Amino acid sequence: MLSNHKWIAFQTILIKEVRRFTRIWMQTLVPPVITMSLYFVIFGNLVGSRIGDMGGYRYMEFIVPGLVMMAVIQNSYANVVSSFFSQKFQRSVEELLVAPIPNYVILSGFVAGGMARGLCVGLIVTAVSLFFADLQIHSVPVTIGVVLLTSLAFSLGGFINAIFANNFDDISIIPTFVLTPLIYLGGVFYSIDLLPTFWQLVSRLNPIFYMVNTFRYGMLGESDISLAWAFAMLLLFIAALFGICIWLLRKGTGIRN
Amino acid sequence: MTVAISVENLGKTYASGVTALKGISLQVRQGDFFALLGPNGAGKSTFIGILSTLVTKTRGAVQIFGRDVDSHVYQTKLDLGVVPQEINFSQFERVGDIVMTQAGYYGLPSRLAAQRSEKYLRQLGLWDKRGQRSRTLSGGMKRRMMIARALVHEPRLLILDEPTAGVDIELRRSMWDFLLEINRAGTTIVLTTHYLEEAEQLCRNIAIIDEGRIVENTSMRKLLLELDSYAFILDAAADLPGDLAHEEPGLCLRKLDSRSIEVTLSKGRDLNGALAILDRRGVRIISMRNKTNRLEQLFLARLGGQEAGAGEEGS
Repeated sequence: MLSNHKWIAFQTILIKEVRRFTRIWMQTLVPPVITMSLYFVIFGNLVGSRIGDMGGYRYMEFIVPGLVMMAVIQNSYANVVSSFFSQKFQRSVEELLVAPIPNYVILSGFVAGGMARGLCVGLIVTAVSLFFADLQIHSVPVTIGVVLLTSLAFSLGGFINAIFANNFDDISIIPTFVLTPLIYLGGVFYSIDLLPTFWQLVSRLNPIFYMVNTFRYGMLGESDISLAWAFAMLLLFIAALFGICIWLLRKGTGIRN
Repeated sequence: MTVAISVENLGKTYASGVTALKGISLQVRQGDFFALLGPNGAGKSTFIGILSTLVTKTRGAVQIFGRDVDSHVYQTKLDLGVVPQEINFSQFERVGDIVMTQAGYYGLPSRLAAQRSEKYLRQLGLWDKRGQRSRTLSGGMKRRMMIARALVHEPRLLILDEPTAGVDIELRRSMWDFLLEINRAGTTIVLTTHYLEEAEQLCRNIAIIDEGRIVENTSMRKLLLELDSYAFILDAAADLPGDLAHEEPGLCLRKLDSRSIEVTLSKGRDLNGALAILDRRGVRIISMRNKTNRLEQLFLARLGGQEAGAGEEGS
């Protein structure tokens, strides 16, 4: 397949993905914004005013980066897992599989779609946060870099989930029982300095902790961890997930008999 | 002879242990209109799945226009258009978007994709429906949309897995005309169908597959010449006399009801003899039809023979 054909195929998948999540915007864009607004009001405003400062910042300012990152992670993951599984469920994935598209182009198209939704929701949540806190950007490259890589990583994760999913329950198990606890325990609402030493060490095993803290550094200039280590972790994580996705596609797991 | 499909010793055993194909070998010539018939579960859809790479084969070799499907995967996919048996498009998308998207998957630039989409949606009578959600289409329209989708990249080989299932007869015949037209234009077509009349009308060559094996592979003409007898139903203008039964070598008349007669003729006998007997008895015939489709008789005979053979082998 010519490079130009691959590029057209990639664009086609991406456009289809964007068309899907904008068509059902009441399900994809509005709910995370409402949820995050409630977090801002309840945790940031009502509870946060009694907590005082966290890591040298007002509590509201402290949680804004974590909540934006939470929205990006959840929506990047959800978009790919639900879209790819729906295509499996409706068998429309066969349209893709019979076409002369390399596996990495298929994967890139879906992942780009997941990133598009994750970043779109992230931007909306950031805009909503302006009603509650001033926007600070300490380092533009770090902020943009970590949000892009995090969105990419969780889009790849969503793709793996979709490949293995056999029913609609299977696409909600990981987000509910794995992703949500990891996000909540990843330092969105607190600094790990508040934890006992043992639990600080446990927290450092959570990849989301590095993503949230690096993003917080990008916005506030405050982090619990080394930036270089965080980016290295993220890149390794992405490389491993990408490799697994390509291997599963090549094997035809869950999509070819 | 240029070969569109060449299959050698193709076998497929699923993870469940079910062996769907037991080493079939088959060739389809370029430009052919080829029928692949068989009962449910015979292995037709597995065969098509392997050609279209949706199913991985267990053994054997498959070539499309001389290229191995494993080592020339992209080129062979470009040459192939598939209309599957099951509906396999998003029910939430618009008709035009589905066809345009498929064009994009094949790398067609947007202007060419738009031209091709319009061409095939118009030819299949769906241009007015291009803005509608696909779930709102009727069953026949959905089938036609899948044909338009499969043709949008103008493949040299089109595989149709029961394309007219659930389609009314009028629409079915218009689809036949369309398929014959694109076949005449050079597209090789492989058709599976349960409507044997369809295969008889459209196809030049035929393979019958049963329990994962090819039990017949010949031209439609040769196969139909093998028929030993033909049966017709004749409709009389008035009530028939009671003593109408007649039997002689190669000809049998049997009264079905007060105005219908079944005539069975051996190969070599013509219908005039039967009509003469009826005329002598004062019966005036106003219409006639085949009792069963001719191909149906052969099809059932082949499957019956295979089952009998398997029984002998087992004992």
